[in-house]
Amino acid sequence: MHIPDGFLDAKTAIATGMFSITGLGTALRRAERHVQSRKIPLIGLAAAFIFVAQMLNFPVASGTSGHLLGATLAAVLLGPSAAIIVMSSVLIVQALIFADGGILALGANIFNMAIVATLCGYGIYKILQIFFRGEQGRLVAVGFASWCATVIASVFCAGELAWSGTALWGTAFPAMAGVHMLTGLGEATITMLVIAAISKTRPELLEDNDQAVPANGRSTAFVYVALIVIGLLLLVAPHASPLPDGLEQVASSLGFEHKATEAPILPSPIKDYQLPGIPSAGTATIVAGVIGALAVFALSFLFARVLARRQKSAVHPSSPPNRQ
Amino acid sequence: MRHDFLDRYSRLDSPIHRLPTTAKLLSTLCVISATVTLHFTHAWFFIIVAGVLLILSALTTIPWRFLFGRLMVLEPFALGIAVMALFQENGVFVFLSILTKSTLCLFTVILLSNTAPFAEILLSLKRFGVPKLLITILALMYRYLFVLIDETERLNRARSSRTFSNSPIRKWHTMASLIGQLFVRSTERAERIYAAMSARGWK
Repeated sequence: MHIPDGFLDAKTAIATGMFSITGLGTALRRAERHVQSRKIPLIGLAAAFIFVAQMLNFPVASGTSGHLLGATLAAVLLGPSAAIIVMSSVLIVQALIFADGGILALGANIFNMAIVATLCGYGIYKILQIFFRGEQGRLVAVGFASWCATVIASVFCAGELAWSGTALWGTAFPAMAGVHMLTGLGEATITMLVIAAISKTRPELLEDNDQAVPANGRSTAFVYVALIVIGLLLLVAPHASPLPDGLEQVASSLGFEHKATEAPILPSPIKDYQLPGIPSAGTATIVAGVIGALAVFALSFLFARVLARRQKSAVHPSSPPNRQ
Repeated sequence: MRHDFLDRYSRLDSPIHRLPTTAKLLSTLCVISATVTLHFTHAWFFIIVAGVLLILSALTTIPWRFLFGRLMVLEPFALGIAVMALFQENGVFVFLSILTKSTLCLFTVILLSNTAPFAEILLSLKRFGVPKLLITILALMYRYLFVLIDETERLNRARSSRTFSNSPIRKWHTMASLIGQLFVRSTERAERIYAAMSARGWK
């Protein structure tokens, strides 16, 4: 999802840059005022940790492999403000040292992966925690949140590409969302397994570090929510709207819309890019997304149950363990 | 510390390496902004940029193999996104324009990261007014990146010396607990670092 330089035009780069400066600035100010200085080395080390965790490859079928993104993992381990700083640092180092992700596109990349992904992941995690409690509840919330965060971030990425005129929304949205609905499965599995492993060895770390930058004040939360809403309105909503776009609106109000459709040079095989049965690629992607989300939720629920049960049997072995 | 491969050539000695980092950082930004914003029909500009980059990299004495190797590692990602541009009117033109621009930008950043040590880039960023806290965190991160990679290798070696075969499902489990263990060790290391920093008078 790292956008290289050359893919975004000036207006998109500047707009997303402003969003990122606002978001990261808010997180940093929050940290400067409220963080205990004891936690500052932890944020630096956590950034190095996420960077290294992203380098580890997980085998997927037929020789390919995937890796972690880590936004939700960071948010669950450290809290939202610290996670924004951690993920931004990772992206800055990747852009400056590895040329992975562009310099002018850094604003967009930070917005997608360090701000949208962490905040959505954290928000969904916290909301689900209200309904699902205990060890199993935490794992369900973690799994579903990290899948959603990956998919939502990819939709923002598609919106930026479409706004820049690099790709059509009709191409970019199904492609990006489709790919990330699959990679999100890996992300969810790895994040659940890692959280399960940490809660098995050092459960107190999950409670202790949750707010490395302590409880977010109302104004900080307001800035975060506002950023995501403005981003949605600017980057995603114009393309996803079912209403006719501006040009069609003008054409129909001036009464010459029929002129444009008269006498096509070649009859289109698929009228208005619509397949019979499936309205359009965009709508099909949204339908797939909703079905996918339900399926992922069910899967995380089952997987969390298996993991939680295994954990319980590891803590209270029913039969004496046959070590050595 | 054997992981100098990250920016291996950034500490060489050449006319380019000796230039002040701030100048290199600013000129990188200028080149990238111009490349990104200029319309692709101004072909002369892109040819000049490519020529200048090649001359500069010849002056740096960094092996060509390394520079182009890095470029080849990164190019597939750009290509993957650029393919989406083909599905529109005038798609081939947009595709070629994007690919040329991103390749030039990638090469510029590869040159920057291999001619300026990261610590100096951070110093110039600080001079430009990037918040001090972010600089501290970036510096800590870069310093301990290598340590954590070493740590991961030790964990991995310990793991592989204890497992003879590993099915993909088991492998996901062991990799995940390795990452979990890495986080636990990172927090412990952070505590020790804080103690050491305080002992030396850090606020």
